[in-house]
Amino acid sequence: MKALVSVKRAVDYNVRIQVKPDGSGVVTEGVKHSMNPFDEIAMEEAVRLKEKGKITEIIAITVGGAKNEETLRSALAFGADRAIHIKEEGEIQPLTAAKALAAAFKKEGAQVFFAGKQAIDDDANQTGQMVASLLDLPQATFASKVELDGNKATVTREVDAGLETLEVDLPAVITADLRLNEPRYLKLPDIMKAKKKPIDVQSFSSLGVTPGAGLKTTKTSAPPKRSKGIVVKTVDELVAALKGKGLL
Amino acid sequence: MTYASPFYDKDHEEFRAQARRFVEKEISPNIEAWETAGSIPRELHQKAAEAGMLQVGFPERCGGIEVPDLFYGVVLTEELARSGSGGVIAGLMSHGIALPPICHVGSPELQARYARPVLEGRKIAALAITEPGGGSDVANLKTRAERDGDHYVVNGSKTFITSGMRADYLTCAVRTGGAGMGGVSLVVIEGDTPGLSRTPLDKMGWRCSDTATLYFDNCRVPVANLVGRENQGFMAIMLNFNQERIMLAAQAYAFAKVCYDEAMDYARSRETFGKALIRNQVIRHKLVDMRMRLEAVKANLDLVTWRVSNRQIPIAEVCMLKNFACTSLEWIANEAMQVFGGAGYLRGAKVERIYRETKVLTIGGGSLEIMKDLAAKQLGM
Ligand SMILES: Cc1cc2nc3c(=O)[nH]c(=O)nc-3n(C[C@H](O)[C@H](O)[C@H](O)COP(=O)(O)OP(=O)(O)OC[C@H]3O[C@@H](n4cnc5c(N)ncnc54)[C@H](O)[C@@H]3O)c2cc1C
Repeated sequence: MKALVSVKRAVDYNVRIQVKPDGSGVVTEGVKHSMNPFDEIAMEEAVRLKEKGKITEIIAITVGGAKNEETLRSALAFGADRAIHIKEEGEIQPLTAAKALAAAFKKEGAQVFFAGKQAIDDDANQTGQMVASLLDLPQATFASKVELDGNKATVTREVDAGLETLEVDLPAVITADLRLNEPRYLKLPDIMKAKKKPIDVQSFSSLGVTPGAGLKTTKTSAPPKRSKGIVVKTVDELVAALKGKGLL
Repeated sequence: MTYASPFYDKDHEEFRAQARRFVEKEISPNIEAWETAGSIPRELHQKAAEAGMLQVGFPERCGGIEVPDLFYGVVLTEELARSGSGGVIAGLMSHGIALPPICHVGSPELQARYARPVLEGRKIAALAITEPGGGSDVANLKTRAERDGDHYVVNGSKTFITSGMRADYLTCAVRTGGAGMGGVSLVVIEGDTPGLSRTPLDKMGWRCSDTATLYFDNCRVPVANLVGRENQGFMAIMLNFNQERIMLAAQAYAFAKVCYDEAMDYARSRETFGKALIRNQVIRHKLVDMRMRLEAVKANLDLVTWRVSNRQIPIAEVCMLKNFACTSLEWIANEAMQVFGGAGYLRGAKVERIYRETKVLTIGGGSLEIMKDLAAKQLGM
């Protein structure tokens, strides 16, 4: 069973995000990037399923510029067997990315499409869903537990009311939530070995995808600065302060 | 401080990211508890092995992970230091001084029996050279090993031994021959050998690292546990000195950087006289002076690390690097404490612990004075 795991290069979670002075976006130049943490979880799940013998081949895939190769190398160090780099510079529309990922999935004839539930840059939470719709496949998003059995997947999802268990026929799209697993530490020998694994370079045109205009970002602004706090001495003062702000 | 460097490439940075995550998750939250307990749990060795941290730089035949240069060790040291505890580095990494003689000159049997389980995180190793009678003068150590059939009978004592309370295996320097360096051998003594007893030492710093005095009373040690050849132990010890001293310099640099970062954060957030501390020129200048020393130490550290990675043997430069890094740490830790004021004097502050732990770095692994003497000799004075 082949699994395609989508991994996105995103600004590292430790970086303090800064909005560009002209409001055209956030500063990404010279800023540390790494694999989107939810995609790491998806990668880890795929590798564990392969270790259990449920998956036979893992293909990591990414859409983006030349620097995304680093992200693919990390995925290969995790344990992906090979990688596909849909190499396109510049801003990529979410729907275009989803179309490209869907085309690659179809081309590979894979059974499972894994991704993180969202990327920590835009927090859009839509790629997995769009890929499923484009391919008319069942989807199980926000997975906290995944079991593969024959041509079925049993997925536990975290929903507001608790846990929900879905059974989906394969091929299917599965997106990973935070508590699905704890990604492993990449060891140096695996990091070194990853350099020798193949990366197949594709493009929108090679996959037959026409980039379309979709979303236009008109302005990016920083959230309002937190105003200075006050220190209260007693509970009464606290209650009075909260009432004063109309919070009680 | 991430920047393009001639010494660190993407692999180093990927390894750094892994080490950082390991330290943030498995080490930093527990430091206070371990400092109070006076030791680190065995479990940590296992976790560090699973994460691929313990093995870095050791040969594959011993269960290690071979790396092309010493910068991986520097990266690991820097990341471990971010926890703000020297004790955790000393205790978790005591095999970093105990195993190299076994891996360099030990028999394949010794490597399989003693190096591998330690690099798998199942056993703990310590290096026992220093004696109550003296540490600097290694060539005159007194612990004797007399041959008796297939065994050595060991009598004497060792002190200041890092991981000495917990160690399963002790790489121990003993006198098998006549006076001086030509009579010293290394043997591996197992922790449960009858006649071996241990007492803990209470220290100013490195409190989560267990340090012990060891007593050997007619300990019988198989001759097969000899590391390398008889009476050639001094060379086996020396072989690792450059690397050990570079790692001590890396530690000093890394703790100095923690002090600088902490002082910078504090100076930005602390308000006095109605404005942030950092708005005072005096404080900014202090920070620049700290940074200036940091930059100089780092440049020196990277260059000497590069030289030793490239099979050069710059002994004097390594000695001077160790002294420069360790004395710079003393200076920087002192300034960081000053920026913190009273808050830096309280237990729990990183700068407080680092300040207490500056001295051990100018004493252990070749003291300041011994380093200067050796450098002078090497420079033909
Ligand atoms: C926390 C800690 C952990 C340690 N861990 C280990 C370990 O794991 N294994 C191990 O074997 N050892 C260990 N040591 C011991 C350490 O290596 C010794 O403390 C060090 O070598 C100095 O020896 P000494 O303490 O006996 O000092 P001494 O040799 O007695 O020296 C005392 C002072 O005199 C100076 N001095 C000595 N001779 C001269 C000279 N000829 N000219 C000028 N000055 C001189 C020294 O620099 C020092 O300042 C540890 C020490 C500490 C504090």
